[in-house]
Amino acid sequence: MAAVTKPSGSTGRAVVRFVILLVLGVFFLLPLFAMAEFSTRGVGGARSLASWSGIVDDPDLVESILVSVQLAVASSLVMLVLLVPTMTWIRLRLPKLRRLVEFLCLLPVAIPAIVLVVGMAPLYAWVNYFLGDSPLTLTFAYAVLVLPFAYRAIDAGLSAIDLKTLAEAARGLGASWGTVLLRIVVPNIRTALIGASLLSVALVLGEFTIASLLNFDTLQVQVNLLGKRDAGVSIAVSLLSLLFAFVLLFLLSFIGRRRRDTAVEEG
Amino acid sequence: MVAPVTTAVGGSEKASPGRGPGRTWLAWLVVVPFLAYVGTFLLYPTVLVLAGSFQDSDGAFTLDNLADLTRGVYLQAFLRSVELSAVTALLGAVFGALLSWAVAVGKPEGLLRRVVVAGAGVLAQFGGVPLAFAFLATIGFQGFVTQFLRDSFGVDLFATGAWLFELPGLTLVYTFFQIPLMVIVFLPALDGLRPQWREAVDSLGGSSWTYWRHVGGPILLPAFLGSLLLLFANAFSAYATAAALVSQGSPIVPLQIRGFLTGEVLLGQENLGKALGLGMVVVVGVAMGLYALLQRRFARWQR
Repeated sequence: MAAVTKPSGSTGRAVVRFVILLVLGVFFLLPLFAMAEFSTRGVGGARSLASWSGIVDDPDLVESILVSVQLAVASSLVMLVLLVPTMTWIRLRLPKLRRLVEFLCLLPVAIPAIVLVVGMAPLYAWVNYFLGDSPLTLTFAYAVLVLPFAYRAIDAGLSAIDLKTLAEAARGLGASWGTVLLRIVVPNIRTALIGASLLSVALVLGEFTIASLLNFDTLQVQVNLLGKRDAGVSIAVSLLSLLFAFVLLFLLSFIGRRRRDTAVEEG
Repeated sequence: MVAPVTTAVGGSEKASPGRGPGRTWLAWLVVVPFLAYVGTFLLYPTVLVLAGSFQDSDGAFTLDNLADLTRGVYLQAFLRSVELSAVTALLGAVFGALLSWAVAVGKPEGLLRRVVVAGAGVLAQFGGVPLAFAFLATIGFQGFVTQFLRDSFGVDLFATGAWLFELPGLTLVYTFFQIPLMVIVFLPALDGLRPQWREAVDSLGGSSWTYWRHVGGPILLPAFLGSLLLLFANAFSAYATAAALVSQGSPIVPLQIRGFLTGEVLLGQENLGKALGLGMVVVVGVAMGLYALLQRRFARWQR
């Protein structure tokens, strides 16, 4: 397609492109295919779905999936409650703080999770002393982990709307700050909020480092544990969680695109 | 809390956005929950690690922990981590750049691009443990490719030892998430290349080579080098995939830290794990700082 509009060396380019896509396509799809093959192995070379039905037959695994899903929802909510009012307020009233908040939100990128967990271990001794040792207390740590992703998504959303004018108009008509936030800001940046939440969900469902080293049984911890005795089930769950994350991000690509189009129209 | 702010602003928000000492104070209150949260769950653990690196078991100041990093197994682990990160960053950057190009010349709204970008996001950012199992299913002892090569060609993948569970295996598996990360960070840079520049080179009689040598290449170089640094930092910080793959021994720094957290600690070395953490933060921090600099340099061309 692109070759039609660009005359110079178009055939050569199409060939090079094809080779790159083919080689890397095989490199990336082969392991996924192997996972499907491995997880459907039966006795004596037959195909079997035992590993897949094994997912729901293992109460520990089902429990850990439920825990991870609850964690994903809770972490997304905590993230939204922390970031949306703060980021909105900073754009409206405290632009001086923007640099600081951005720095804090992007900081987890520079501090590897494996390092953070070293410092979190003593902190969690206190958290678990006061709040019990439910795995859901991981929400506190996960809301921090998702900050960089969520910040970028919400920041892009807020940049795409004329926040100051919207807020002033609403305030002029007598709306309280709470109304401005919930009924003006949130609906206008909803696609960004959905994006931030989907990214958070995907990140929490895939998180292993902190959960495993603080000894909480989340999905990935169970998958890793299970791999030691029944590789088939572990591989089935692994494939499932990769596909699930893929679907989330694939949906996100449509949402993201739509938002950018609106931004262009408005700009 | 909300009401006084309301009266203070009263329609003249643009003129004086919260001047007066009392109003500023109230405006800051809104940010307090966020700052308190980040302070507790991000800054406090970080400070604990950094401060602990300089303390002995009794909490007194010492440089012994850091001195230990410069010798023996810890130095080796750091060297191995740097080697693993550098090699996979280079492989990831080269192949990732090629893949980005192959995607960028296609339709911007096309299915190929959507699938590649979404897939890259999954593998680069949310892979972790499943990636280790992906490779166990492929080239593990009972893996699909292992069996295929053994049954069809009599080739034993593990003739030279259990390399999948050592540094060579980590290199392969890390490359599997480094290439996708390169696509994510490098694709926007490629999109920033204007078709007009290419057309200008064409109309002046330049070849594809002329274009990449004198226009595309020089413009993309800072972005490429920046991405290289980001990939390095990414591999250096990675833990989950390595932890799931390597259960015996601790060839790289993150796995050394695991050892300290799961109880293999010698008396008097309680804070050595924190010193390892400090070492990681320094390496990652330097890489990310340089990345930010290069990114700013490249931003000129995207205006």
